[in-house]
Amino acid sequence: MNQIGRDFPRLEARAKVTGRAEYTHNLRLPGMLYGKVFRSTVPHGRIRNIDTTAARALAGVHRVVTGENIRKLIPEPYYGPAFHDQPILALDKVRYVGEPVAAVLASDPHIAEQAAQLITAEYDELPAVYDELAAVKPDTLVHETLRPAGTFADLKHLRGRRGTNVALDYHLRRGDVDKAFAAADRVFEHTFKTQQCLHLPFEPHVAIAEPGDARLTIYTSNQTPSFVRIEIARLFGWPENRVRVKVPYLGGGYGSKVYVKLEALVAALAMLAQRPVKIALTMEEQFYMITKHPTTFNIKSGLDKDGRLMARSCEVYWNGGAYADIGPRVTQKSGFTAAGPYDIENVSIDSYALYTNRTPAGALRGFGVPQLVWGYESHTDLIARELGMDPVAFRRKNILRNGRPQASGTVLQDAAIAEVLEALVARIGWDAPFDRGAGTLRRGRGIAVGLKASISPTTSVAVVNVSADGSVYLYKSTVDMGQGADTAFAQIVGEVLDVKAEDVRVVAPDTDVTPYDMGTLGSRSLFHMGNAVRLAAEDARAKLRALAAEAGLPAGTNYPPAEIFKKRYGMQAGNVIGTASFVPKYQPPDAQSGMSENVTPFWMVGGAAAEVEVDTETGQIRILRLINAADCGKPINPAVARTQLSGASIMQLGFTLSEAMQLDGGQVTNASLADYKIPGIGDIPPMENELVDAEQHSGPFGAKGLGESGTFGVSPAIANAIHDAVGVRIAELPITAEAVLRALRVKDGRPLEDD
Amino acid sequence: MSARTINFTLNGQAVSTAIEPHRNLVELLQRFDLFGARESCGQGLCGCCTVLVDGRAVSGCLYFAVWVDGKAVTTVEHLDADGVLSNVQEAFIACGAFQCGFCTPGFVLMCQQLLKQHPDPSDEDIRHYLSGNLCRCAAYPEIVAAVKQAAKTAATRVGN
Repeated sequence: MNQIGRDFPRLEARAKVTGRAEYTHNLRLPGMLYGKVFRSTVPHGRIRNIDTTAARALAGVHRVVTGENIRKLIPEPYYGPAFHDQPILALDKVRYVGEPVAAVLASDPHIAEQAAQLITAEYDELPAVYDELAAVKPDTLVHETLRPAGTFADLKHLRGRRGTNVALDYHLRRGDVDKAFAAADRVFEHTFKTQQCLHLPFEPHVAIAEPGDARLTIYTSNQTPSFVRIEIARLFGWPENRVRVKVPYLGGGYGSKVYVKLEALVAALAMLAQRPVKIALTMEEQFYMITKHPTTFNIKSGLDKDGRLMARSCEVYWNGGAYADIGPRVTQKSGFTAAGPYDIENVSIDSYALYTNRTPAGALRGFGVPQLVWGYESHTDLIARELGMDPVAFRRKNILRNGRPQASGTVLQDAAIAEVLEALVARIGWDAPFDRGAGTLRRGRGIAVGLKASISPTTSVAVVNVSADGSVYLYKSTVDMGQGADTAFAQIVGEVLDVKAEDVRVVAPDTDVTPYDMGTLGSRSLFHMGNAVRLAAEDARAKLRALAAEAGLPAGTNYPPAEIFKKRYGMQAGNVIGTASFVPKYQPPDAQSGMSENVTPFWMVGGAAAEVEVDTETGQIRILRLINAADCGKPINPAVARTQLSGASIMQLGFTLSEAMQLDGGQVTNASLADYKIPGIGDIPPMENELVDAEQHSGPFGAKGLGESGTFGVSPAIANAIHDAVGVRIAELPITAEAVLRALRVKDGRPLEDD
Repeated sequence: MSARTINFTLNGQAVSTAIEPHRNLVELLQRFDLFGARESCGQGLCGCCTVLVDGRAVSGCLYFAVWVDGKAVTTVEHLDADGVLSNVQEAFIACGAFQCGFCTPGFVLMCQQLLKQHPDPSDEDIRHYLSGNLCRCAAYPEIVAAVKQAAKTAATRVGN
């Protein structure tokens, strides 16, 4: 039965349109208490006193918990995927406005909220640092000592390091950059910046912990159930099997719900209260949970007289906020692609993760790559213009092609960079004349292409269970947060076992039942878990054949599974379990050169072309056309894949034009959907989406991940189009009308006054 | 705060309950195990909590529960009460007009109302009418396609 490449609605479609889909948001347990968090009002300070008297006295309050209470339960109550630096509730110090300081438990969420407002805290305020460049100097230290987790070998050398805000520095050296710059015909240098913005899933973070007899069940809206189990077990000093993590559908994730977020807090509270505890954040509170890194990216390129890139140096500063979260991974795993999808012999990359007194930053749909593409594709466009070359011709000349080494030294394979570029060129009609506008309305076009590596090394395990009637179950810990993972995996199982994908029962993540998976992140699932699922289904198929032989059925015939079981066991009984682990090969980067021959199991490629109209009197931008193209190998379900491409592009459109967290003295001043503008239905430009003809030979049936690729090109394509239209360069996101108008006025020699 | 007894029609059934005046419509519906209306932004901006009260869409997060006294409340769960999806629901599935699905009930209810007022809506009608519903997965192009497809099929059945 041909299940691959089939367009059909996702498995849970009916449950979603009828409002019956299961989310943690919906869940209530008998005897459950509601937790509300009391948060820091200062960006940096030593905790002098927390007064919970009035809160505890409020009728209906069950308990008020501070960091010191948790320290009695968990002696080292610090968590995090890369660094064990984040306390469950603040201890000794607070490091950002909005940091959890205490929690109230009550049987009614309104009472918990009211009580949280009655808590007061006094701090000895310390100087704060917000800017990633300012944080490079160790004048204000966010953490006294670095506390890397044991998980990652390449972070171990950082243990105990003091006197710095640099959580991780990654360096890559390929060829001889200094020599190449000295020999270059032309050298260009620019700086690009990005803002702090947020995921804002509409199901805000929510988790419930239910205590048992020296064990815990955690129900959570989380993208990494296996990690949550391991990390909670570590905090309590338990074996993994005492923590059960269950994850239903997610009301959005986009990277915000990776690793531990609320889970450690609800776990500690539930153990203290010995009752189930639920914490559901409000939309406002999401602004104090996790964000996207603001960045400063200094990029410099040297060219020969033919317009070929000879050298590129990249310095990237990632503003990680008060706790490392996965920032150090972003710094390295995305850092090594900072030179872009170009064939350059001499490359240097220096990438720095910095602590500051802001809400922590982590992974947001692209794991740092959109910030890099913003820089290198803006820079590339500027170079082409300075050289008087067509930006597409310049890219064609310098683009990295399969078979050539990427900056890391890993040879590019199955990365359709040229195909994505050419798809954009063809769709927008790059070579054809177009209406450039007139008077105060000017039009221009821009194009941009980005490249991303997958997070490696990572492990996925899958189990396929064939029942005695031939019906099939799939057990996996990949989380379906709207990307359609369950549906794609059901198609893979269906293809191998010759059943309809709709008839495959995909079991939701439950760590007591579903096997290990590193996490649903970085567009890794379809490749990693997809391969594991395929192998597990093939294992089940082989075992069915063996069972048929045991039953004395002649080999080479195609008995339905139900008949095999019946023949073997004499009735409808038994089952066959197929299992598989998938761990792609990986070579860690050399500690000195940052190079690796096998740095990623696959590459993601995405790009955008934009046509914009700029109002030169107001700076207003109108997107007339937005074209997205990506390489997802051979799509398993093209219809679902296209919605991923389109959705990612629109999300990035928000980060490009409007979204920015505003800070005043460390306090977020626009923590609501009223003041933080995300794209609505009226903001969607005419769009076209293309999945280019490609194949990932090592992927399941030629497929690979796509969740992030649609974000890569959008921001620089628009900035490049604005430059094309009116001759000004916006080097900092978001590209607001004010920013464009200011740039236009500077160009005209009559700059606007600053605020 | 003391509870007040209210009587209203919920998805076609007469019901009665006692509820405190500070609770909103979303909390009221949860007491009846209805979770399709979801509080997300808490400011009436995202539309995830959309509910029909006397046939008009309201934001359940900003609508006090006691206000439904004597009124008829319809939630997304009622649209397939007879076991058959509404044409809007069918069109949302056919067009892939959602990803995570959290905002979907609100969009579905709003689209039911949209098609009652504009049986053959233009793109502009659709954008205007749905400007109070947000989708963070940004399935907007697919939602517009779904509304048009639903308009082509039979007239909407539910919405009081």
